[in-house]
Amino acid sequence: MCTAASAVCLKGGVVASALLQTERLTRRFGGVVAADRIALDIAPNEVHAVIGPNGAGKTTLIGLLSGEIAPQEGSIRFDGADITRLPVYRRSQLGLARSFQITSLFRDFTALDNVALAVQAHCGHSFRFWRDARYEDELRKPAFAALERVGLKERAAVRVDKLSHGEHRQLEIAMALATGPRLLLLDEPMAGMGPEESARMVRMLRELKGNVTILLIEHDMEAVFALADRLTVLVYGRIIASGEPEAIRADAAVRQAYLGEKESAGEGKRHG
Amino acid sequence: MTASLDPTLVARPSLAFTPRTAFTAALLVILALFPLYSLVTGNTFVLTLFTRVLILAIGAVSLNLIMGYGGMVSFGHAAYLGIGGYAVGILAKEGIGSGFVQWPVAVAASALYALVVGALSLRTRGVYFIMITLAFAQMIYYVAIGLDRYGGDDGLTIYKRSDFAGLIDLNNKTLFYYLCFAILLASIYLISRLVNSRFGLAIRGTRSNERRMRAIGFPTVRYKLAAFVIAGALCGLAGALLANHTNFISPALMHWTRSGDLIVMVVLGGLGSLFGPVIGAVTFLLLQEGLSRFTEYPDLILGPILLLVAIYVHGGIGGLLEGRRGG
Amino acid sequence: MLYFIEQCLNGVQLGMLLFLLAAGLTLVFGIMDLVNLAHGSLYMLGAYFAATFAVLTGSFVIALIGALLASLIAGMVLEVIAIRPLYRRDHLDHVLGTFGLILFFNELVRLVWGPEGRTLSLPPEMLTAVQILPGVYYPIYRLVIILATLAVAAGLYVVVMRTRLGMLIRAGASNREMVGALGINIKLLYTLVFGLGAALAAFAGVMQAPILTVQIGMGENILILAFVVIIIGGIGSIRGAFVAALIVGLIDTVGRAFLPDLLRHVLSTNAAQTLGPSLSSMSIYMLMAAILVFRPEGLFPAASR
Repeated sequence: MCTAASAVCLKGGVVASALLQTERLTRRFGGVVAADRIALDIAPNEVHAVIGPNGAGKTTLIGLLSGEIAPQEGSIRFDGADITRLPVYRRSQLGLARSFQITSLFRDFTALDNVALAVQAHCGHSFRFWRDARYEDELRKPAFAALERVGLKERAAVRVDKLSHGEHRQLEIAMALATGPRLLLLDEPMAGMGPEESARMVRMLRELKGNVTILLIEHDMEAVFALADRLTVLVYGRIIASGEPEAIRADAAVRQAYLGEKESAGEGKRHG
Repeated sequence: MTASLDPTLVARPSLAFTPRTAFTAALLVILALFPLYSLVTGNTFVLTLFTRVLILAIGAVSLNLIMGYGGMVSFGHAAYLGIGGYAVGILAKEGIGSGFVQWPVAVAASALYALVVGALSLRTRGVYFIMITLAFAQMIYYVAIGLDRYGGDDGLTIYKRSDFAGLIDLNNKTLFYYLCFAILLASIYLISRLVNSRFGLAIRGTRSNERRMRAIGFPTVRYKLAAFVIAGALCGLAGALLANHTNFISPALMHWTRSGDLIVMVVLGGLGSLFGPVIGAVTFLLLQEGLSRFTEYPDLILGPILLLVAIYVHGGIGGLLEGRRGG
Repeated sequence: MLYFIEQCLNGVQLGMLLFLLAAGLTLVFGIMDLVNLAHGSLYMLGAYFAATFAVLTGSFVIALIGALLASLIAGMVLEVIAIRPLYRRDHLDHVLGTFGLILFFNELVRLVWGPEGRTLSLPPEMLTAVQILPGVYYPIYRLVIILATLAVAAGLYVVVMRTRLGMLIRAGASNREMVGALGINIKLLYTLVFGLGAALAAFAGVMQAPILTVQIGMGENILILAFVVIIIGGIGSIRGAFVAALIVGLIDTVGRAFLPDLLRHVLSTNAAQTLGPSLSSMSIYMLMAAILVFRPEGLFPAASR
């Protein structure tokens, strides 16, 4: 049975130790240190937000965690296992799903096809050459469920290049969910969304809280404070603070580096 | 939480009566009736020409699998025509004339070469992949030239066609034509099942967005490699047919320009469409024939035509039939 | 031993020619993101132009200069008419379109110059052998090729690394839109770069003409070798192309010269005779395969994309 089929009804884990742990994770590009001895600690079933100004290294961090970028130093442990050297697809199979900041979808397929592919990836191997996979319930049903979860049920049969930007972002989440993940890496899911769409996304993510562990990279401060159990602040590749939202909000160094700038600019929300 | 799956959501492709399907159907009917025309008029030349069209169409169908559906531009596909052909030729020369041995060897040898070349080439992407497939095809071309025992540069005559122990006499031109036609239709049917299977969706997804495929958990390389091997094997079969058709095999068949011809056929017919390669093969070979009768310098016209197709045409002839214009 | 040194020098000479071709290809691909299969045709045209000019003027040097100018112009005209419309298309269309150009040029050459091929003769002094090392003699002209191509390579380095044009070229290679946004005439830049590539190819074609060949289809065989050089040398790297070109040139030449004999020691005469020629022509592809296994990005990849 596909792991994806259980994507909709995830049970929270009872394990006390961290689900995702990085140790001294470092990545340099030429002279720039994009990730500087990052030590992250994500507890099971929490929503952990990573915030920081542009250029702080958030994209690099996602790349390191998902496996697209290799670190020069440090390690990553997922549920106790060392995944530092594992390729992208292996991490996904272990339960680490990711959404893309700049949407990366299968443009010539329908929304349902897109999510069905995500289901298929976790449904055993694909060396099946004869049966028509477009009509396989084992793939279609969980895909449809995921679409319903994110509110895209009515648009299932629409080709991706005909969907709106906000719907693309919803689809990104649906695809990540359809892989039956234990940890969701969300890379600025709210980017480019209007207030209504953002609110809807926040509501949906709140529904997932407690069932799935979420690492959320976001600029949208309202969403961050509405969702996050804990915050980590990243500046120039280094973690300068990590803890509960109220503590972070009050932290002087953080205000100085990040929130402070924005408060003086009079903005509470930024679009990446 | 269960979801009711609205059946209308899963769009079953309907066989609409479009200009494209009409054209394809007409073409298939003409191809099916061709030998009758030949019998009636006594013109065997066109029968020979169209047998060649059918065989190369099989090659184009195999290339379309990896190029059209898989997004892998292989500029070395003619190598498999050669390998398949030489399997038949070498075995024939060494005294093994049975088709029951020759043809499976042709397919197996091609599959093996595809496995090796694919495993190495798929370590790269894009342009470099194209260059590498070209280089490996060139390599096997030179190997064939070096095979003095089997004719080397001059090629190898195959005195007797593959023997199928009375099941079918390949020397009968009409029967041979229908055999090639049957194999072509069977190949297209197999491909049609393949591209909608889980495997097919995997390689089509990889073509659409490989990064995304890996992010959702697909080990894309192994599926691409499998497609590459299947395409190579099918083209090897076409090579065996070609060797029988011409009673001759030479390294020239593996020259990289022959690989270019196959690419042209696939593009002309429309990438990633089931019958496109057939349309492309027919168009290209008729174009070549026609131009060489019209002028002593046919490539002066053919070359620019290909350039114009590259610049302006989307989706090949199939696309034109659908009324697609511009991009 | 003498034979070995001679073959090594021949290998270096071949390597330098390959470098010129590979450099032109890398420039065009790096900056315009265009796969130009017709690069070999420009190499061929250079040789044919030179052959004709040599007959007309009787001077090799004038023929060389004339051929370079003619190829530069032909390259730029080709870029404007046939290549420019291809930029917006994908790589497959580049392959298809430039494949069509190859067919066209081979046929055009057949029409204008006939099917037999041409010769480009040198003043006889050029072919005499000079002593470069005690007891080692090597034809002057082959030395000239090596030195001339080294000079061109050095010149290329200076242009790309030290001039404004070179700076634009390198900038364009990393970020096309930015260069355009800075107000530089991108179209003109592309035309110039393509012309430069054509001139490099033509130079190689002319230099090898007196000792190798001037015939239809000559461009394609060496083009594929140039591809192998690029793959071994590294993606987008001219320095890598230089090193790889030398390696490929040496292995191919020395391999062809010595492998059959070596095989005869190891295998039976019959086997050696059957396999010898095939194996020696396979040697560089074996090297390419090895690189693909152990270091797919090439020996000196330019940037980690």
